Amino acid sequence: MKEKEGWRELPIGLALEAGTCKNFETGDWRSEKPVWDAEKCTHCLICWVYCPDSAIIVKDGKVQGIDYRYCKGCGICAEECPPKIQAIKMVREEK
Amino acid sequence: MIVARTGNEAMAEAMRQINPDVVAAYPITPATEVVQLFSKFVHDGVVDTEFVPAESEHSAISACVGASSVGARVMTSTASQGLALMHEILFIAAGLRLPIVICLVNRSLSSPINIHCDHSDTLASQDSGWLQIYAENAQEAYDTTIQLVKIAEEALLPGIVSTDAFIISHGMERLELLDDKKVPEFLGERKAPYSLLDVDHPLTFGALDLQDYFFEHKRSEIDAMDKVLPIIEKVQKEFGEKFGRNYSTVDEYKMDDAEIAIMAMGSTGGTGKVAVDRLREKGKKVGLIRCRVYRPFPKDAMLKAVTKPKVLGIMDRADTLSTLGGHLYNACRSILYDADTRPLIKNYIYGLGGRDISIEDIEKAYEQLFDIQKSGKVDKDIVYYGVRGE
Repeated sequence: MKEKEGWRELPIGLALEAGTCKNFETGDWRSEKPVWDAEKCTHCLICWVYCPDSAIIVKDGKVQGIDYRYCKGCGICAEECPPKIQAIKMVREEK
Repeated sequence: MIVARTGNEAMAEAMRQINPDVVAAYPITPATEVVQLFSKFVHDGVVDTEFVPAESEHSAISACVGASSVGARVMTSTASQGLALMHEILFIAAGLRLPIVICLVNRSLSSPINIHCDHSDTLASQDSGWLQIYAENAQEAYDTTIQLVKIAEEALLPGIVSTDAFIISHGMERLELLDDKKVPEFLGERKAPYSLLDVDHPLTFGALDLQDYFFEHKRSEIDAMDKVLPIIEKVQKEFGEKFGRNYSTVDEYKMDDAEIAIMAMGSTGGTGKVAVDRLREKGKKVGLIRCRVYRPFPKDAMLKAVTKPKVLGIMDRADTLSTLGGHLYNACRSILYDADTRPLIKNYIYGLGGRDISIEDIEKAYEQLFDIQKSGKVDKDIVYYGVRGE
């Protein structure tokens, strides 16, 4: 790991590079994880709209899976997935 | 051009000539007129300013922070409770190094509720990282408003220029206005190091800063404050050369051979100078020190001034409620700790809630200081001057 900068090296006024959340993988806080079922999914994208961490991976309008590097396991996707579909289930994280 | 203007009108005229990009404000007595008059300039198309009438001072200063982050030249105005409501955001503006300028009118902080002058409002914000300059009269308020925009933008620190409630804010004075074109010429364009709306170079502003970086960022802010005095002196000098009115961080009046001196801030400096003139006519060796720049504290210039007299009366228009006396008293005693010669010092807490201070009151204080010189002893180090029941 590189040495942290001294105060003289820091940019003035707390202006830092943008998009640094990318480097901060928040997925390791999770106690439950969403498991996505590709068979059941109708690709309505409601989970993608509601996910507060942009952790639903979508390509060409289709859900591809869940980005576990950033998913905090809040369960909103499973809650919002239409009751008749239930393509996302929350399961306990176990090592 | 020579005109008759109140302190509030003088600051509004300065704002008109500065023509800031954004002014966001909320009215409060006795500073209401500053922005009220300015809003008329906006309505009449005399300025190009985006004017934001906010729903509170907290919102007003928050809007100023947003606009200043974009790179705009931003000003506002407030007093007393208004500054207190801004308090939280003051630290954020300073930490983000945003050169916002507040045209402030000094009014007592509640309680008891009051609308008149003392310095408790700005002094309660002394540790927020804002520059603070106290004007003696309307002319100085006008000149300093213009200077402070330039100082703040070069130092990348926000600043407050203040006048005494009603004494300056509503008192009509002779005012020399600069030419409308000369003010923007003197200031130039604001050159912000980066802009919140620069989508081609996106940045994060005001990110969470924990144990690993907070101290370094705060140290960098302290460094900015350490380096600002030469910038203030440079801008004051440039202003003097261009416009013929000269200012210094510490205003010394007849101090060269003064044996007894009084120190004050704001309009009392002017009242005190008249007292000095009267006593000088009687052959008394008296002088006056006026603290014009209070943040940063002009340590070297102040030390030079306060080591001149044998006895010094320090007049504070606020109390710290700490049992230690007033702000100037504490600051001066602190810088004198390492001095080879130290004057005897007496602290006068005076004029709270707008209690009038007359020339005669100040003459009487000088007489007390002469007694101290004779006896060689300070009878009582902190006194409440002009309060009933003492």
